[in-house]
Amino acid sequence: MSSPVVITIFLVLLVLHQDFWLKNDASLVAGIVPIGLVYHMAFTVVAALFWFAVVRLAWPYSHEDDDEQGGDQ
Amino acid sequence: MTQTVIVVIYLGLLLSLGYLSSRLFRGNSNDYFVASRSIGPLVLFMSIFGTTMTAFAMVGSTGESYRVGIATYGKIASSSALIHSACFFLVGLPLWGLGKRNGFHTQIEFFRARFESSKLGYLLFPILVGLIIPYLLVGLMGAGSVMQGVTRGAFPELFASTGGAIPPWLTGLVISGVVLYYIFAGGVRSAAWANTFQTFVFIVMGFIAFVTISTKLGGLQAASSMADHSKAVRSGNITEMQFLSYCLIPLSVGMFPHLFQNCLTAKSAKSFRLTLVGHPLAIMLTWIPCILIGFWATGAVMPDGVTPVIPEGTSPNAVLGMMVGKLATPVIGGLVTAGIMAAIMSSLDSQFVAVGTMFTKDIVVHSFGKERFSESQLVLLARGFICTIVLVTYLFTLVEPRQVFSLGIWCFSGFAGLFPLVFAAIYWKKATKLGAYAAVIGGAASWLFLFQASGYGKNTSYMVGGVMPVAVVFATCAICMILGSLVSQPPSQETVDKFFRKKANG
Repeated sequence: MSSPVVITIFLVLLVLHQDFWLKNDASLVAGIVPIGLVYHMAFTVVAALFWFAVVRLAWPYSHEDDDEQGGDQ
Repeated sequence: MTQTVIVVIYLGLLLSLGYLSSRLFRGNSNDYFVASRSIGPLVLFMSIFGTTMTAFAMVGSTGESYRVGIATYGKIASSSALIHSACFFLVGLPLWGLGKRNGFHTQIEFFRARFESSKLGYLLFPILVGLIIPYLLVGLMGAGSVMQGVTRGAFPELFASTGGAIPPWLTGLVISGVVLYYIFAGGVRSAAWANTFQTFVFIVMGFIAFVTISTKLGGLQAASSMADHSKAVRSGNITEMQFLSYCLIPLSVGMFPHLFQNCLTAKSAKSFRLTLVGHPLAIMLTWIPCILIGFWATGAVMPDGVTPVIPEGTSPNAVLGMMVGKLATPVIGGLVTAGIMAAIMSSLDSQFVAVGTMFTKDIVVHSFGKERFSESQLVLLARGFICTIVLVTYLFTLVEPRQVFSLGIWCFSGFAGLFPLVFAAIYWKKATKLGAYAAVIGGAASWLFLFQASGYGKNTSYMVGGVMPVAVVFATCAICMILGSLVSQPPSQETVDKFFRKKANG
């Protein structure tokens, strides 16, 4: 996954965070959780999946860097 | 009484952990300050997460949800799920690499080297410490509010003035003492271990509180149906521009000195992977129970069906403590209170270590030279400064309290406002010393001006032109950085080579 793709998905997620289309909807999902809150819970899971994809497909460190162990030099 | 005993047992466990950690302490400052850069993925994740979740996340979120509804989660938690990890990826990871290669222990060491200015450290130090104090204050105030809410009526003769509840001044004193003990015992290694343990405790206890309270209110559906439904929507509780500008607040993690130090403890770059993915999910696990408890509190009534659990006019800070105190059994109440204390202490410890490290490395050693002090003297100096800052913070808790959520936001706004400084330092080769000075002075001055204009956090609805103050501080800092850098000489080639050598570092 290239940097422009990562940045584009990140910006799309930022736009999706602004859930103005739900701002007046007070309905409760399953009679328990307000729909606005369910939306942002789903958003949180998507954010975690996005970072999982970044870690797997766009990790900036090479294996050599990754294997570099701690300790002051 | 039962709740107090359970909390005391929990604090005893932490003291034992501190003792155990001290047995492994290698006795040198590198181990004390960055745990010899040996922390693996799980402890790094738990430690960083525990550090970012404080009274703000539990006491503050519940109170804010009670005040303005479920929009609290969207405006700060779900945005943090995306942006915190972005900060770890874009700032924490490169800083770890630069810190390891160049032997940095603190943010200020990094900025001094990057901007080729020793004096920049003397300017940054009081600003960073000054911004940490409200953060520490949030922790101590939150702990005091919860203990007071949970133990109401437990000690009628001993604490008559607080209705028999343990007064906040005593909670603050005990909490500070316990955290000081275990970080003095083993420094950042001890804090990392304690954070790992405490993060587990507060996530589990938050869930237990959620289940217990909902059961007492007649189940999840009954609890939600009782709530004030005007708090189930964003409209009327927060404006679009306010919601949008709140997205800048999570950038604060990129400038927290304690998180910088946490990042330096990592064993390898790989250690960050779990943090990037797990952090958003852990935020959700911690915040959702608190947000729903705050939402339910808007309409919850006692089993008599008439008496509100939260009387009108109650301070938002007291909502979580009162919901737990009134609706949970004493044993569950004690366990949940211990969990809340865990969340609070898991932030205080890292912040204490960070201010001690900054003072020792950035002021004392930088001014007088390392040769002048032995390893044990350096650790002693760090401890002395930490005690001074804790005392100052403690004295602040004795004056008129502020809403935990509001004060936390002001603190985060200051750090988030300075984010352009660290971002430019890592990614903009032409960012200069003059730009850095202008950014720090402009950001700090605008924050101080706005904080003063809000009555030092007293006006909880304070905004500037319809947006959160953080937007103004951020913009001021960014503009100053850009203009200052454009009108001055670029940094030397040696510095550029040192900081922009590899692609991963910009």
